[in-house]
Amino acid sequence: MPTVLVFCEVQDNKLKKASREALSIGRKLAEAAGGDLVAFAADRAAADDAGRYGAKRLYVTNAGGYNTETYTTAMQAAMEQANASIILFGGTSNGRDLAPRLAARLNTGVASDVDRLEWTGGKLRARRPVYSGKAFATVEISGSPAIATTRINAFPAEEAAGGAAEVVEISTSLDSKAKLVETKVSEAGELSIVEADIIVSGGRGLKEAQNFSLIRDLAHAIGGAVGASRATVDAGWIDHQHQVGQTGRVVSPNVYIAAGVSGAIQHLAGMSSSKHIIAINKDPEAPIFRIADLGVVGDLFTVVPALTEEVKKAKAH
Amino acid sequence: MNSVVCIAQVPDTETRIKIGGDGRHIDETGVKYIVSPYDEYALEAAIRLKEKEGGDVTVLGFGPDRVQQSLRESLARGATKALHVKGESGDADSLGIANVLAAAIKTLPHDLVFFGKQGVGTDNSLVGPMVAELLGYPQINVVTHLDVAAGKVTAHREIEGAEEIIEAAAPAVITAQKGLNEPRYASLKGIMAAKKIAIDTRSLADLGLSESDILNQRVIVVSLELPPEKSGGRKIDGADPQAAAKEIIRYIKEEAKAL
Repeated sequence: MPTVLVFCEVQDNKLKKASREALSIGRKLAEAAGGDLVAFAADRAAADDAGRYGAKRLYVTNAGGYNTETYTTAMQAAMEQANASIILFGGTSNGRDLAPRLAARLNTGVASDVDRLEWTGGKLRARRPVYSGKAFATVEISGSPAIATTRINAFPAEEAAGGAAEVVEISTSLDSKAKLVETKVSEAGELSIVEADIIVSGGRGLKEAQNFSLIRDLAHAIGGAVGASRATVDAGWIDHQHQVGQTGRVVSPNVYIAAGVSGAIQHLAGMSSSKHIIAINKDPEAPIFRIADLGVVGDLFTVVPALTEEVKKAKAH
Repeated sequence: MNSVVCIAQVPDTETRIKIGGDGRHIDETGVKYIVSPYDEYALEAAIRLKEKEGGDVTVLGFGPDRVQQSLRESLARGATKALHVKGESGDADSLGIANVLAAAIKTLPHDLVFFGKQGVGTDNSLVGPMVAELLGYPQINVVTHLDVAAGKVTAHREIEGAEEIIEAAAPAVITAQKGLNEPRYASLKGIMAAKKIAIDTRSLADLGLSESDILNQRVIVVSLELPPEKSGGRKIDGADPQAAAKEIIRYIKEEAKAL
Protein backbone atom coordinates (compact mmCIF):
# COMPACT_ATOMS: atom_id res chain seq x y z
CA MET A 1 0.00 0.00 0.00
CA PRO A 2 1.98 3.01 -1.24
CA THR A 3 2.22 5.77 1.33
CA VAL A 4 2.68 9.34 0.19
CA LEU A 5 4.92 11.51 2.38
CA VAL A 6 4.73 15.29 1.94
CA PHE A 7 7.45 17.66 3.16
CA CYS A 8 5.72 20.66 4.77
CA GLU A 9 6.85 24.06 5.98
CA VAL A 10 5.17 26.30 8.54
CA GLN A 11 5.02 30.08 8.28
CA ASP A 12 3.09 32.40 10.59
CA ASN A 13 1.76 29.34 12.43
CA LYS A 14 0.19 27.79 9.40
CA LEU A 15 1.28 25.54 6.57
CA LYS A 16 2.77 27.40 3.62
CA LYS A 17 0.63 27.54 0.50
CA ALA A 18 3.11 25.33 -1.33
CA SER A 19 2.75 22.69 1.42
CA ARG A 20 -1.05 22.76 1.29
CA GLU A 21 -0.93 22.37 -2.47
CA ALA A 22 1.49 19.45 -2.23
CA LEU A 23 -0.66 17.78 0.44
CA SER A 24 -3.72 18.18 -1.77
CA ILE A 25 -2.21 16.45 -4.79
CA GLY A 26 -0.54 13.99 -2.42
CA ARG A 27 -3.95 13.02 -1.07
CA LYS A 28 -5.22 12.38 -4.61
CA LEU A 29 -2.19 10.22 -5.37
CA ALA A 30 -2.64 8.28 -2.13
CA GLU A 31 -6.29 7.67 -2.95
CA ALA A 32 -5.43 6.50 -6.46
CA ALA A 33 -2.74 4.18 -5.12
CA GLY A 34 -4.91 2.91 -2.28
CA GLY A 35 -2.52 4.16 0.39
CA ASP A 36 -2.17 6.76 3.11
CA LEU A 37 -1.08 10.39 3.14
CA VAL A 38 1.41 11.46 5.78
CA ALA A 39 3.34 14.67 6.34
CA PHE A 40 6.66 15.94 7.70
CA ALA A 41 7.34 19.24 9.41
CA ALA A 42 9.62 20.86 11.96
CA ASP A 43 6.74 22.09 14.10
CA ARG A 44 4.01 19.98 15.70
CA ALA A 45 1.69 23.00 15.38
CA ALA A 46 1.27 21.87 11.76
CA ALA A 47 -0.70 18.80 12.86
CA ASP A 48 -4.14 20.45 12.65
CA ASP A 49 -3.52 21.92 9.22
CA ALA A 50 -1.90 18.73 7.93
CA GLY A 51 -4.90 16.73 9.09
CA ARG A 52 -7.27 19.17 7.46
CA TYR A 53 -5.58 18.39 4.15
CA GLY A 54 -5.88 14.65 4.69
CA ALA A 55 -2.64 13.63 6.39
CA LYS A 56 -3.03 10.75 8.84
CA ARG A 57 0.29 11.31 10.59
CA LEU A 58 2.70 14.19 10.96
CA TYR A 59 6.36 13.29 11.48
CA VAL A 60 7.98 16.05 13.46
CA THR A 61 11.74 16.43 13.32
CA ASN A 62 13.97 17.63 16.12
CA ALA A 63 16.14 19.40 13.55
CA GLY A 64 14.84 22.93 14.18
CA GLY A 65 15.27 25.50 11.42
CA TYR A 66 16.01 24.39 7.85
CA ASN A 67 19.41 22.89 7.19
CA THR A 68 20.08 20.78 4.10
CA GLU A 69 22.00 18.01 5.80
CA THR A 70 19.97 17.57 8.99
CA TYR A 71 16.71 17.69 7.04
CA THR A 72 17.95 15.12 4.52
CA THR A 73 18.68 12.75 7.39
CA ALA A 74 15.34 13.53 9.07
CA MET A 75 13.32 13.04 5.88
CA GLN A 76 15.08 9.75 5.27
CA ALA A 77 14.06 8.61 8.74
CA ALA A 78 10.46 9.73 8.15
CA MET A 79 10.43 7.91 4.81
CA GLU A 80 11.64 4.71 6.47
CA GLN A 81 9.18 4.92 9.35
CA ALA A 82 6.28 5.69 7.04
CA ASN A 83 7.45 3.21 4.43
CA ALA A 84 6.73 5.91 1.89
CA SER A 85 6.91 5.08 -1.79
CA ILE A 86 6.11 8.60 -2.98
CA ILE A 87 7.62 11.79 -1.52
CA LEU A 88 6.40 15.26 -2.51
CA PHE A 89 7.93 18.67 -1.84
CA GLY A 90 6.25 21.98 -2.58
CA GLY A 91 8.58 23.94 -4.85
CA THR A 92 9.77 26.43 -2.25
CA SER A 93 13.46 27.30 -1.91
CA ASN A 94 13.88 24.68 0.80
CA GLY A 95 11.86 22.05 -1.03
CA ARG A 96 13.99 22.50 -4.13
CA ASP A 97 17.16 22.47 -2.04
CA LEU A 98 16.25 19.26 -0.25
CA ALA A 99 14.57 17.01 -2.80
CA PRO A 100 17.65 16.34 -4.98
CA ARG A 101 19.82 15.73 -1.93
CA LEU A 102 17.38 13.14 -0.64
CA ALA A 103 17.03 11.54 -4.08
CA ALA A 104 20.79 11.15 -4.38
CA ARG A 105 21.03 9.69 -0.88
CA LEU A 106 18.32 7.17 -1.71
CA ASN A 107 19.57 6.57 -5.28
CA THR A 108 16.07 7.17 -6.59
CA GLY A 109 14.24 9.13 -9.26
CA VAL A 110 13.13 12.73 -8.80
CA ALA A 111 11.32 15.21 -11.05
CA SER A 112 11.31 18.90 -10.24
CA ASP A 113 8.83 21.71 -10.86
CA VAL A 114 6.00 19.39 -11.91
CA ASP A 115 2.59 20.82 -12.77
CA ARG A 116 0.77 17.53 -13.34
CA LEU A 117 1.05 14.36 -11.29
CA GLU A 118 -0.72 11.04 -11.47
CA TRP A 119 -0.37 7.52 -10.23
CA THR A 120 -0.87 5.30 -13.20
CA GLY A 121 0.07 1.67 -13.84
CA GLY A 122 1.86 1.50 -10.50
CA LYS A 123 4.15 4.38 -11.44
CA LEU A 124 4.33 8.10 -10.77
CA ARG A 125 3.87 10.15 -13.89
CA ALA A 126 4.53 13.90 -13.98
CA ARG A 127 4.60 16.78 -16.40
CA ARG A 128 7.26 19.45 -16.10
CA PRO A 129 8.41 22.47 -18.09
CA VAL A 130 11.70 22.31 -19.98
CA TYR A 131 13.64 24.95 -21.95
CA SER A 132 12.19 27.53 -19.56
CA GLY A 133 8.62 26.56 -20.42
CA LYS A 134 9.03 26.43 -24.20
CA ALA A 135 8.10 22.75 -24.01
CA PHE A 136 6.69 20.28 -21.52
CA ALA A 137 8.06 16.84 -20.75
CA THR A 138 5.90 14.02 -19.45
CA VAL A 139 8.11 11.80 -17.34
CA GLU A 140 7.78 8.56 -15.47
CA ILE A 141 9.59 8.47 -12.15
CA SER A 142 10.86 5.08 -11.11
CA GLY A 143 12.53 3.99 -7.96
CA SER A 144 11.04 3.73 -4.57
CA PRO A 145 10.42 6.22 -3.28
CA ALA A 146 9.57 8.27 -6.36
CA ILE A 147 10.17 11.93 -5.57
CA ALA A 148 8.71 15.11 -7.05
CA THR A 149 8.76 18.84 -6.29
CA THR A 150 5.57 20.63 -7.27
CA ARG A 151 5.34 23.99 -9.07
CA ILE A 152 3.65 26.50 -6.79
CA ASN A 153 0.16 27.46 -8.03
CA ALA A 154 -0.05 24.39 -10.23
CA PHE A 155 -2.18 22.31 -7.88
CA PRO A 156 -5.16 23.72 -6.00
CA ALA A 157 -5.06 23.50 -2.21
CA GLU A 158 -8.18 21.55 -1.22
CA GLU A 159 -9.17 20.65 2.32
CA ALA A 160 -10.29 17.11 2.99
CA ALA A 161 -12.29 17.32 6.19
CA GLY A 162 -9.88 15.39 8.37
CA GLY A 163 -9.13 15.59 12.07
CA ALA A 164 -5.69 16.58 13.33
CA ALA A 165 -2.88 14.33 12.14
CA GLU A 166 -1.31 12.03 14.72
CA VAL A 167 2.07 13.42 15.73
CA VAL A 168 5.09 11.12 15.58
CA GLU A 169 8.33 12.65 16.79
CA ILE A 170 11.53 11.61 15.09
CA SER A 171 14.95 12.32 16.39
CA THR A 172 17.95 12.29 14.10
CA SER A 173 21.51 13.59 14.03
CA LEU A 174 21.94 17.34 14.06
CA ASP A 175 25.44 17.15 12.53
CA SER A 176 26.00 19.34 9.52
CA LYS A 177 28.95 20.87 7.74
CA ALA A 178 27.12 24.07 6.82
CA LYS A 179 25.85 26.55 9.36
CA LEU A 180 23.24 29.29 9.11
CA VAL A 181 24.75 32.45 10.51
CA GLU A 182 22.04 35.02 9.82
CA THR A 183 18.79 35.54 7.94
CA LYS A 184 18.19 38.94 6.37
CA VAL A 185 14.63 39.64 5.32
CA SER A 186 14.94 41.46 2.02
CA GLU A 187 11.62 42.85 0.90
CA ALA A 188 9.43 42.64 3.96
CA GLY A 189 5.85 42.04 3.04
CA GLU A 190 6.52 41.75 -0.69
CA LEU A 191 4.70 38.87 -2.28
CA SER A 192 7.00 36.58 -4.25
CA ILE A 193 6.21 36.04 -7.94
CA VAL A 194 6.47 32.30 -7.53
CA GLU A 195 3.72 32.21 -4.92
CA ALA A 196 1.38 34.90 -6.19
CA ASP A 197 -2.01 34.27 -7.79
CA ILE A 198 -1.77 37.61 -9.60
CA ILE A 199 1.35 39.14 -11.10
CA VAL A 200 1.67 42.62 -12.57
CA SER A 201 4.81 42.92 -14.70
CA GLY A 202 6.55 45.93 -16.09
CA GLY A 203 8.78 46.08 -19.13
CA ARG A 204 10.94 48.55 -21.02
CA GLY A 205 7.84 50.50 -21.98
CA LEU A 206 8.00 51.97 -18.48
CA LYS A 207 10.88 54.12 -19.78
CA GLU A 208 12.55 54.66 -16.40
CA ALA A 209 13.11 52.99 -13.05
CA GLN A 210 10.86 55.28 -11.04
CA ASN A 211 7.87 54.37 -13.21
CA PHE A 212 7.83 50.96 -11.61
CA SER A 213 5.77 52.77 -9.00
CA LEU A 214 2.83 52.43 -11.42
CA ILE A 215 3.30 48.68 -11.43
CA ARG A 216 3.74 48.49 -7.66
CA ASP A 217 0.62 50.57 -7.06
CA LEU A 218 -1.46 48.27 -9.25
CA ALA A 219 0.09 45.15 -7.72
CA HIS A 220 -0.60 46.34 -4.19
CA ALA A 221 -4.15 47.39 -5.04
CA ILE A 222 -4.97 44.06 -6.66
CA GLY A 223 -3.10 41.96 -4.09
CA GLY A 224 -0.51 40.69 -6.55
CA ALA A 225 3.24 40.44 -6.91
CA VAL A 226 5.47 42.70 -8.99
CA GLY A 227 7.14 41.05 -11.98
CA ALA A 228 9.66 42.40 -14.43
CA SER A 229 11.15 41.73 -17.83
CA ARG A 230 14.84 40.95 -18.20
CA ALA A 231 15.48 44.32 -19.88
CA THR A 232 14.32 46.21 -16.79
CA VAL A 233 16.34 44.02 -14.43
CA ASP A 234 19.47 44.33 -16.55
CA ALA A 235 18.95 48.11 -16.63
CA GLY A 236 18.99 48.05 -12.84
CA TRP A 237 15.39 49.32 -12.49
CA ILE A 238 14.36 46.46 -10.23
CA ASP A 239 15.92 43.51 -8.41
CA HIS A 240 16.27 40.21 -10.29
CA GLN A 241 14.00 38.42 -7.80
CA HIS A 242 11.18 39.94 -9.83
CA GLN A 243 12.42 38.76 -13.21
CA VAL A 244 10.03 36.55 -15.16
CA GLY A 245 11.46 34.55 -18.00
CA GLN A 246 14.21 32.28 -19.12
CA THR A 247 16.91 33.53 -16.78
CA GLY A 248 14.37 34.56 -14.17
CA ARG A 249 11.48 32.53 -12.82
CA VAL A 250 8.87 30.50 -14.66
CA VAL A 251 5.52 31.44 -13.15
CA SER A 252 1.94 30.17 -13.44
CA PRO A 253 -0.34 32.65 -11.71
CA ASN A 254 -4.08 32.83 -12.25
CA VAL A 255 -3.75 36.35 -13.69
CA TYR A 256 -0.71 37.87 -15.43
CA ILE A 257 -0.89 41.55 -16.36
CA ALA A 258 2.00 42.74 -18.55
CA ALA A 259 2.42 46.48 -19.02
CA GLY A 260 5.00 47.80 -21.46
CA VAL A 261 6.37 44.30 -22.01
CA SER A 262 6.97 43.53 -25.68
CA GLY A 263 7.02 39.77 -25.20
CA ALA A 264 10.46 38.48 -26.17
CA ILE A 265 10.57 34.72 -26.58
CA GLN A 266 12.52 34.36 -23.34
CA HIS A 267 9.87 36.31 -21.38
CA LEU A 268 6.95 34.43 -22.92
CA ALA A 269 8.63 31.17 -21.98
CA GLY A 270 8.49 32.23 -18.36
CA MET A 271 4.81 33.22 -18.16
CA SER A 272 2.93 31.52 -20.98
CA SER A 273 1.36 28.98 -18.63
CA SER A 274 -0.38 31.77 -16.71
CA LYS A 275 -4.07 31.04 -16.76
CA HIS A 276 -5.28 34.48 -17.79
CA ILE A 277 -2.98 36.90 -19.59
CA ILE A 278 -3.70 40.60 -19.98
CA ALA A 279 -1.30 42.77 -21.96
CA ILE A 280 -1.12 46.54 -22.18
CA ASN A 281 1.17 47.89 -24.89
CA LYS A 282 1.02 50.80 -27.29
CA ASP A 283 2.48 48.69 -30.13
CA PRO A 284 -0.32 46.62 -31.73
CA GLU A 285 2.32 44.27 -33.21
CA ALA A 286 3.99 43.50 -29.89
CA PRO A 287 4.56 39.71 -29.68
CA ILE A 288 2.92 39.63 -26.25
CA PHE A 289 -0.48 40.11 -27.92
CA ARG A 290 -0.11 36.68 -29.54
CA ILE A 291 -0.55 34.97 -26.22
CA ALA A 292 -2.67 37.51 -24.37
CA ASP A 293 -6.26 36.55 -23.64
CA LEU A 294 -7.11 40.22 -23.41
CA GLY A 295 -4.88 42.77 -25.11
CA VAL A 296 -5.19 46.50 -24.64
CA VAL A 297 -3.51 48.58 -27.32
CA GLY A 298 -2.91 51.75 -25.43
CA ASP A 299 -0.64 53.90 -23.35
CA LEU A 300 0.28 52.18 -20.10
CA PHE A 301 0.83 55.58 -18.46
CA THR A 302 -2.92 56.21 -18.64
CA VAL A 303 -4.31 52.68 -18.65
CA VAL A 304 -2.39 51.34 -15.65
CA PRO A 305 -3.37 54.15 -13.24
CA ALA A 306 -6.97 53.92 -14.51
CA LEU A 307 -6.88 50.19 -13.81
CA THR A 308 -5.51 50.79 -10.31
CA GLU A 309 -8.44 53.15 -9.66
CA GLU A 310 -10.97 50.62 -10.96
CA VAL A 311 -9.41 47.86 -8.83
CA LYS A 312 -9.71 50.02 -5.71
CA LYS A 313 -13.34 50.75 -6.57
CA ALA A 314 -14.06 47.08 -7.20
CA LYS A 315 -12.51 46.09 -3.89
CA ALA A 316 -14.37 48.77 -1.98
CA HIS A 317 -17.67 47.01 -2.67
CA MET B 1 42.37 27.38 -3.81
CA ASN B 2 41.33 25.07 -6.66
CA SER B 3 37.87 25.09 -8.18
CA VAL B 4 35.94 22.80 -10.48
CA VAL B 5 33.17 24.45 -12.48
CA CYS B 6 30.59 22.11 -14.03
CA ILE B 7 29.43 23.45 -17.38
CA ALA B 8 26.14 22.46 -18.97
CA GLN B 9 25.47 23.07 -22.66
CA VAL B 10 21.97 24.21 -23.51
CA PRO B 11 20.16 25.45 -26.62
CA ASP B 12 20.64 29.18 -27.18
CA THR B 13 17.83 31.11 -25.47
CA GLU B 14 16.63 32.50 -28.83
CA THR B 15 15.87 28.95 -30.00
CA ARG B 16 12.35 28.13 -31.09
CA ILE B 17 12.03 24.63 -29.70
CA LYS B 18 10.73 21.98 -32.11
CA ILE B 19 9.88 18.42 -31.14
CA GLY B 20 11.85 15.69 -32.88
CA GLY B 21 10.39 12.74 -34.77
CA ASP B 22 10.34 10.34 -31.82
CA GLY B 23 8.23 12.76 -29.75
CA ARG B 24 10.64 12.48 -26.83
CA HIS B 25 13.55 14.74 -27.76
CA ILE B 26 13.90 18.15 -29.31
CA ASP B 27 14.78 18.47 -32.98
CA GLU B 28 18.44 19.52 -32.81
CA THR B 29 18.61 20.67 -36.45
CA GLY B 30 20.15 24.10 -36.54
CA VAL B 31 20.18 24.43 -32.77
CA LYS B 32 23.04 26.52 -31.52
CA TYR B 33 24.43 25.46 -28.15
CA ILE B 34 25.71 27.81 -25.49
CA VAL B 35 27.02 27.59 -21.96
CA SER B 36 23.97 27.65 -19.67
CA PRO B 37 23.66 31.29 -18.51
CA TYR B 38 23.77 30.48 -14.80
CA ASP B 39 27.04 28.56 -15.31
CA GLU B 40 28.62 31.82 -16.47
CA TYR B 41 28.14 33.29 -13.00
CA ALA B 42 29.67 30.14 -11.52
CA LEU B 43 32.69 30.32 -13.82
CA GLU B 44 33.22 34.02 -13.11
CA ALA B 45 33.15 33.37 -9.36
CA ALA B 46 35.79 30.65 -9.71
CA ILE B 47 38.02 32.80 -11.93
CA ARG B 48 37.85 35.70 -9.47
CA LEU B 49 38.80 33.33 -6.68
CA LYS B 50 41.80 32.16 -8.70
CA GLU B 51 42.83 35.75 -9.36
CA LYS B 52 42.68 36.50 -5.66
CA GLU B 53 44.13 33.30 -4.17
CA GLY B 54 45.80 31.40 -7.00
CA GLY B 55 45.05 27.80 -7.91
CA ASP B 56 43.41 26.15 -10.86
CA VAL B 57 39.95 26.52 -12.32
CA THR B 58 39.01 23.30 -14.07
CA VAL B 59 35.89 23.36 -16.22
CA LEU B 60 34.17 20.00 -16.44
CA GLY B 61 31.56 18.90 -18.96
CA PHE B 62 29.87 15.58 -19.67
CA GLY B 63 28.33 14.94 -23.05
CA PRO B 64 28.92 14.54 -26.77
CA ASP B 65 31.74 16.17 -28.76
CA ARG B 66 30.05 19.56 -28.97
CA VAL B 67 30.70 20.02 -25.23
CA GLN B 68 34.31 20.80 -26.11
CA GLN B 69 33.27 24.09 -27.68
CA SER B 70 31.77 25.28 -24.39
CA LEU B 71 34.84 24.12 -22.49
CA ARG B 72 37.05 26.02 -24.95
CA GLU B 73 34.97 29.19 -24.47
CA SER B 74 35.34 28.80 -20.71
CA LEU B 75 39.10 28.44 -21.03
CA ALA B 76 39.08 31.64 -23.09
CA ARG B 77 37.38 33.44 -20.20
CA GLY B 78 40.01 32.36 -17.74
CA ALA B 79 39.59 28.73 -16.71
CA THR B 80 43.02 27.04 -16.56
CA LYS B 81 42.14 23.42 -17.25
CA ALA B 82 39.33 21.50 -18.90
CA LEU B 83 38.03 17.95 -18.65
CA HIS B 84 35.53 16.49 -21.09
CA VAL B 85 33.89 13.23 -20.14
CA LYS B 86 32.59 11.83 -23.40
CA GLY B 87 29.25 10.15 -23.53
CA GLU B 88 25.70 10.42 -24.75
CA SER B 89 24.33 12.36 -21.81
CA GLY B 90 21.02 13.16 -23.50
CA ASP B 91 19.15 10.20 -22.08
CA ALA B 92 20.76 10.16 -18.67
CA ASP B 93 18.64 11.42 -15.80
CA SER B 94 20.03 14.00 -13.37
CA LEU B 95 21.35 11.40 -10.97
CA GLY B 96 23.10 9.61 -13.83
CA ILE B 97 24.79 12.88 -14.80
CA ALA B 98 25.62 13.60 -11.16
CA ASN B 99 27.27 10.19 -10.81
CA VAL B 100 29.53 10.93 -13.78
CA LEU B 101 30.44 14.40 -12.55
CA ALA B 102 31.13 13.20 -9.01
CA ALA B 103 33.43 10.47 -10.30
CA ALA B 104 35.30 13.00 -12.46
CA ILE B 105 35.54 15.59 -9.67
CA LYS B 106 37.16 13.02 -7.39
CA THR B 107 40.07 12.87 -9.87
CA LEU B 108 40.56 16.65 -9.90
CA PRO B 109 42.19 18.83 -7.24
CA HIS B 110 39.42 20.98 -5.81
CA ASP B 111 38.35 22.98 -2.79
CA LEU B 112 35.11 24.29 -4.25
CA VAL B 113 32.75 22.85 -6.85
CA PHE B 114 30.60 25.35 -8.72
CA PHE B 115 27.39 24.91 -10.69
CA GLY B 116 24.86 27.30 -12.11
CA LYS B 117 21.65 27.03 -10.08
CA GLN B 118 19.91 25.34 -13.00
CA GLY B 119 20.64 24.44 -16.59
CA VAL B 120 18.19 26.29 -18.80
CA GLY B 121 17.77 23.23 -20.98
CA THR B 122 16.00 20.68 -18.87
CA ASP B 123 15.76 23.15 -15.92
CA ASN B 124 16.01 20.37 -13.38
CA SER B 125 18.01 22.26 -10.71
CA LEU B 126 19.01 18.84 -9.43
CA VAL B 127 22.55 18.00 -10.49
CA GLY B 128 24.45 20.42 -8.22
CA PRO B 129 22.85 19.26 -4.94
CA MET B 130 23.05 15.63 -6.08
CA VAL B 131 26.80 15.94 -6.67
CA ALA B 132 27.13 17.52 -3.22
CA GLU B 133 25.38 14.53 -1.67
CA LEU B 134 27.42 11.99 -3.63
CA LEU B 135 30.66 13.70 -2.55
CA GLY B 136 29.42 14.21 1.02
CA TYR B 137 29.97 17.98 0.79
CA PRO B 138 27.85 20.79 2.21
CA GLN B 139 25.91 22.71 -0.44
CA ILE B 140 24.94 26.36 -0.62
CA ASN B 141 22.44 26.93 -3.43
CA VAL B 142 21.19 29.98 -5.31
CA VAL B 143 24.12 32.07 -4.16
CA THR B 144 24.08 35.82 -4.74
CA HIS B 145 27.21 36.72 -2.80
CA LEU B 146 30.34 34.74 -1.99
CA ASP B 147 33.34 35.31 0.23
CA VAL B 148 36.13 32.81 0.64
CA ALA B 149 38.87 33.20 3.21
CA ALA B 150 41.25 30.68 4.77
CA GLY B 151 39.33 27.68 3.46
CA LYS B 152 36.00 28.95 4.77
CA VAL B 153 33.11 29.87 2.53
CA THR B 154 30.52 32.49 3.51
CA ALA B 155 27.69 32.66 0.99
CA HIS B 156 24.37 34.44 0.69
CA ARG B 157 21.59 32.01 -0.23
CA GLU B 158 18.54 33.56 -1.85
CA ILE B 159 15.22 32.28 -0.53
CA GLU B 160 11.69 33.70 -0.74
CA GLY B 161 11.77 37.28 0.50
CA ALA B 162 15.04 36.85 2.38
CA GLU B 163 18.74 36.01 2.25
CA GLU B 164 20.43 33.43 4.43
CA ILE B 165 24.09 33.87 5.24
CA ILE B 166 25.62 30.42 5.43
CA GLU B 167 29.12 29.32 6.36
CA ALA B 168 30.83 26.10 5.42
CA ALA B 169 34.37 24.81 5.35
CA ALA B 170 35.73 23.75 1.97
CA PRO B 171 35.26 21.37 0.22
CA ALA B 172 31.77 22.58 -0.63
CA VAL B 173 29.35 22.87 -3.55
CA ILE B 174 28.06 26.30 -4.57
CA THR B 175 25.28 26.88 -7.11
CA ALA B 176 25.29 30.36 -8.64
CA GLN B 177 22.34 32.69 -9.03
CA LYS B 178 22.11 35.63 -11.43
CA GLY B 179 23.55 38.66 -9.70
CA LEU B 180 26.44 36.82 -8.05
CA ASN B 181 28.76 38.79 -10.32
CA GLU B 182 29.07 40.24 -13.84
CA PRO B 183 30.59 37.49 -16.02
CA ARG B 184 33.45 38.75 -18.16
CA TYR B 185 33.68 38.31 -21.91
CA ALA B 186 36.62 36.37 -23.29
CA SER B 187 39.41 38.73 -24.33
CA LEU B 188 41.38 38.17 -27.54
CA LYS B 189 44.38 37.35 -25.37
CA GLY B 190 42.26 34.81 -23.49
CA ILE B 191 41.00 33.23 -26.71
CA MET B 192 44.57 32.85 -28.02
CA ALA B 193 45.83 31.44 -24.73
CA ALA B 194 42.95 28.98 -24.57
CA LYS B 195 43.95 27.46 -27.91
CA LYS B 196 47.15 26.23 -26.27
CA ILE B 197 45.41 24.47 -23.37
CA ALA B 198 44.66 20.82 -24.11
CA ILE B 199 41.21 19.63 -23.13
CA ASP B 200 41.64 16.41 -21.20
CA THR B 201 39.15 13.79 -22.39
CA ARG B 202 37.99 10.66 -20.60
CA SER B 203 35.47 7.97 -21.31
CA LEU B 204 33.01 6.61 -18.78
CA ALA B 205 35.14 3.48 -18.57
CA ASP B 206 38.13 5.63 -17.58
CA LEU B 207 36.09 6.71 -14.56
CA GLY B 208 35.09 3.16 -13.73
CA LEU B 209 31.54 3.69 -14.96
CA SER B 210 29.53 1.95 -17.63
CA GLU B 211 26.79 3.28 -19.89
CA SER B 212 24.23 1.20 -18.07
CA ASP B 213 25.20 2.85 -14.75
CA ILE B 214 24.42 6.22 -16.26
CA LEU B 215 21.35 5.31 -18.23
CA ASN B 216 19.71 3.66 -15.22
CA GLN B 217 16.27 4.85 -16.06
CA ARG B 218 15.02 6.41 -12.86
CA VAL B 219 13.34 9.20 -14.77
CA ILE B 220 12.19 8.43 -18.29
CA VAL B 221 10.86 11.02 -20.70
CA VAL B 222 7.66 9.55 -22.06
CA SER B 223 6.85 12.46 -24.36
CA LEU B 224 7.77 16.05 -25.11
CA GLU B 225 5.15 18.58 -26.18
CA LEU B 226 4.92 22.18 -27.13
CA PRO B 227 2.56 24.30 -25.06
CA PRO B 228 -0.93 24.48 -26.60
CA GLU B 229 -1.34 27.29 -29.13
CA LYS B 230 -3.12 30.12 -27.45
CA SER B 231 -6.24 31.19 -29.31
CA GLY B 232 -9.32 33.23 -28.63
CA GLY B 233 -7.43 36.26 -27.41
CA ARG B 234 -8.92 39.62 -28.24
CA LYS B 235 -7.56 43.12 -28.50
CA ILE B 236 -9.29 46.28 -27.46
CA ASP B 237 -8.44 49.92 -28.03
CA GLY B 238 -6.96 51.63 -24.99
CA ALA B 239 -7.62 55.18 -26.22
CA ASP B 240 -10.20 55.60 -23.44
CA PRO B 241 -8.22 54.38 -20.42
CA GLN B 242 -11.21 54.28 -18.06
CA ALA B 243 -13.24 52.16 -20.47
CA ALA B 244 -10.28 49.84 -21.05
CA ALA B 245 -9.74 49.56 -17.30
CA LYS B 246 -13.40 48.67 -16.75
CA GLU B 247 -13.18 45.96 -19.41
CA ILE B 248 -10.07 44.52 -17.76
CA ILE B 249 -11.86 44.41 -14.41
CA ARG B 250 -14.85 42.71 -16.02
CA TYR B 251 -12.52 40.12 -17.59
CA ILE B 252 -10.72 39.46 -14.30
CA LYS B 253 -13.99 39.09 -12.39
CA GLU B 254 -15.84 36.97 -14.91
CA GLU B 255 -13.15 34.91 -16.63
CA ALA B 256 -10.42 34.70 -14.03
CA LYS B 257 -12.90 34.65 -11.14
CA ALA B 258 -10.55 36.87 -9.17
CA LEU B 259 -11.33 40.18 -7.43
